[in-house]
Amino acid sequence: MSAQSTILFALLVPLVGAAGIAVAGRVSANLRETVTLLTAGGLAVTVWSLLPAVMAGERPGVTVTELLPGVELAFRVEPLGMLFAALASGLWIVNSLYSIGYMRGNNEKHQTRFYVMFAVSLAATMGVAFAGNLITLFLFYEMLTLSTYPLVSHKGDANTVRSARVYLGILLTTSIGLLLPAIIWTYTVAGGGDFVPGGILAGHVEGPAIGLLLGLFVFGVGKAAVMPVHRWLPAAMVAPTPVSALLHAVAVVKAGVFTITKVIVYIFGVDFLFAAPSSGWLLYAAAFTIIAASVVALRQQNLKRLLAYSTIAQLSYVVMAAAILKPLAEIGAAIHMVAHAFGKITLFFAAGAIYVAAKKTEIGQLKGIGRRMPITMTAFTIGALSMIGVPPTGGFVSKWYILAGAFQDDNYVALATIILSTVLNAAYFLPIIYMAWFMREEEAPARPHGEAPWPAVLALAITALLTIAFFFFHGATLELERQVVENLS
Amino acid sequence: MNGLAQHLPALQVVVPMLVAPLVILLRPRGLAWAACTAASVLAFAIAIQLMLSVQNGGPVTYLMGSWPAPYGIELRVDSLSVLLLLVVTGASVTALVGGRDSLDTQIETDRQPYFYAAWLLALAGLSGIVITADAFNIFVFMEISSLASYVLIAGGPDRRALPSVFKYLIMGTIGATFYLIGVGLIYMMTGTLNLADMEFRIHEVADQRPILAAAGFITVGLALKAAIFPLHVWLPNAYTYAPHVVTAFLAACSTKVSLYVLLRFDFFVFQGNLAGHAFQFAVYLMPLAILGILVGSAVAMFEQNIKRLLAFSSVAQIGYMMLGASLVTVAGLSAGIMHIFNHALAKGALFLAVASFATVAAGLRLDDLKGIARRMPWTFGAFVIAGLSLIGIPGTAGFVSKWYLISAAMEFGAAGLPLVAVILVSSLMAVVYVWRILEAAWFGEEAGEPGAPVTVSPVLVAVTWVVAIANLYFGLVPELPVSLSTAAATELLDHLP
Repeated sequence: MSAQSTILFALLVPLVGAAGIAVAGRVSANLRETVTLLTAGGLAVTVWSLLPAVMAGERPGVTVTELLPGVELAFRVEPLGMLFAALASGLWIVNSLYSIGYMRGNNEKHQTRFYVMFAVSLAATMGVAFAGNLITLFLFYEMLTLSTYPLVSHKGDANTVRSARVYLGILLTTSIGLLLPAIIWTYTVAGGGDFVPGGILAGHVEGPAIGLLLGLFVFGVGKAAVMPVHRWLPAAMVAPTPVSALLHAVAVVKAGVFTITKVIVYIFGVDFLFAAPSSGWLLYAAAFTIIAASVVALRQQNLKRLLAYSTIAQLSYVVMAAAILKPLAEIGAAIHMVAHAFGKITLFFAAGAIYVAAKKTEIGQLKGIGRRMPITMTAFTIGALSMIGVPPTGGFVSKWYILAGAFQDDNYVALATIILSTVLNAAYFLPIIYMAWFMREEEAPARPHGEAPWPAVLALAITALLTIAFFFFHGATLELERQVVENLS
Repeated sequence: MNGLAQHLPALQVVVPMLVAPLVILLRPRGLAWAACTAASVLAFAIAIQLMLSVQNGGPVTYLMGSWPAPYGIELRVDSLSVLLLLVVTGASVTALVGGRDSLDTQIETDRQPYFYAAWLLALAGLSGIVITADAFNIFVFMEISSLASYVLIAGGPDRRALPSVFKYLIMGTIGATFYLIGVGLIYMMTGTLNLADMEFRIHEVADQRPILAAAGFITVGLALKAAIFPLHVWLPNAYTYAPHVVTAFLAACSTKVSLYVLLRFDFFVFQGNLAGHAFQFAVYLMPLAILGILVGSAVAMFEQNIKRLLAFSSVAQIGYMMLGASLVTVAGLSAGIMHIFNHALAKGALFLAVASFATVAAGLRLDDLKGIARRMPWTFGAFVIAGLSLIGIPGTAGFVSKWYLISAAMEFGAAGLPLVAVILVSSLMAVVYVWRILEAAWFGEEAGEPGAPVTVSPVLVAVTWVVAIANLYFGLVPELPVSLSTAAATELLDHLP
């Protein structure tokens, strides 16, 4: 199969899978979940089959149709998108496994709708990852927002509907109100919106307009959750945990930071932005978000909300790394997308497993839970260590590169932010770990419980192992991302 | 065949107009509907054929009775009229095919022949307006279509339609009279009724006061008929209390046809000749367009009845069309004209879905629609797609016109930024009013026993889906509306000095 058709295949597999899941859901739950796993597997095989060619330096692309004169629906696989797609499609398999355990363990309603919309969200994610220009990216970005709405509002009670309204409201408002004008502005001045190494805006905008356009992009991409457009992420925690795990720790939020990184690297161009003083604010905005979100996380009592604020901080790591505008930092940004994904999905899996097994959602309830759920809490510990950046976990690798990039530019703001946030990360994760392992249960639970259903435990064990493995084997990722920056200074 | 083909412009009007009196004679149940639908389908086919000839060979002119213009009546079909013809005939076909069951329940059987005759007269009138090149002929067709629409709107079981149609009648008559006064003044000064001839002759008398008065009368009169803010007050009630299928038909096309006449008159006759008219056109209409967009959307955000909500959204959408036109650039005009087409697709699908909802729900307030999505998942799905198109989500037709409109505003640099802001803010307001409906339908708890899923009329659902898919198709492959509206905009601007 040619690379062109593989790209289109990657979009079609989850969509066809969604239809298959819908049909299978009428037959039996087992068949439905088999179809889900097959679709996830099929998507991963499709996406990963593109990897060798991209590693070898090819950039396969395909133009589907011309939407308007000069505005095309086109896809092009470049290293950043390859990495994002490979990550999301790979983790979807694990997440589907986990979903089966979680959704059955919780006796959730409307499970068919859940799996269908999940598959559609993954199709949208692939579209974002492989988009060859801004308009294609925008199309799939909105599709991702809309297709995740039914997942966030899954429960359907008044509280959930209110939170889902915040979710949708912020994401649509920012994308239509800010991102769309930024995109049209880009098309108007640069005559196109293709992602080109080195950027396309150099010579077309100048002065304060650069900072303004960058601002429209950064805050328009609400999915990156740079403050003050972060409120949707804690709101999205009303979703079932598999949604929080894959979508609001990996696919949706990474689509946000991925878009910002891509815009910086392929639309503005790193060198062009570096030379523009009006773009300097982005670093401070990201640094502020990191610190502020970490401080808010300190005060959270609900485990999932804590993880949400931790995610907000970690996303801004990627944005800040990209905003350092140095090659090593751009690599760090890409690697952090992967490292954080493994760690945070593990943490969410663990939080969900605790909810399924023990029906506990608050941090104060976790005393002594390590003895009842040792595998889950081991995985949680590994994930938390990765968030802090302790070796041997993936989080260390990415922090290393971001720090190295900051040193390249003697960027003390970034350095100080990273150090301070590491301390804060430790301050909110270590007490949980301490409570879980070293404190005694205050009273025995009414219904003694062990681990969550086995598919969920298997899934979180896999991602925990991936978190550690990424520390040792990140050579391929590094090589891939080196290609993004090799023609930078 | 060739002989018949050259008469297509005339047949466009003649077919529905001749079938209309015949329909009255078709008493047996269902026959009137069948004849009316057949005539509509034929009209739609003629419109497609005309579109192909215009795309291949440029504007088509036809001399009634072979009398040369300006002595005889000339029919002239160019890109702009073809676009409108497609909208008018397409809306008629989809509404009739999909709405049969709905109309059967809403219109008493023995009155159906009259109702369908009125439908055909409305169709003939609306098509006539857009193909004729004669100012007085436009008035005649306008009256035919208006009188027929009053009958259609008042034809349903809802007695509240009567006061609303009376209001519409008064306002519509004032509008038409203003137009007639304007045309009369121009005729007095130039001695011609043919638009092309008028453009040519008005130049000599362009500074005379009657001509200036005529321009005022015509603009205001047509603005009334087109429901341009603040002359829109007749529209919401008329749409709300009309039979549901009639709303789907008229909402897609009737105000747009008046807008078409406004554009045609302004650009053909006035813009090139009257000193400062282009400036006045922009300066007076742009603020009205902006106010219409904002006020219409704002009212829709707080409206409880779904049909009134969508009607106020229409007021806002007419504002978009006017805003595009008031920029007086190719990009702006194309955006405005394109939105005529795209908005018809979105609103048509929405009102068809509403017709489905109405057969099941107790009423059409948002509270009555709670939980309807669970009972009518397919109709709801189509409603979602059309709603997204109304908002302007990428991948739908609504996005294409918004993209053009924003690009057109950005051509003005910093001066265009407030316009961009207006468009974006109103898009967000559209998110709010569309989402209010979706949330009620999706999450709302039905009062009483939850009903089982029902399929009312499979044909209606299918037709709604066809229009919804057209929203997606023209969002991804917008070549047809883009090429037609760009050509139309260029033709209009060719008449400027």
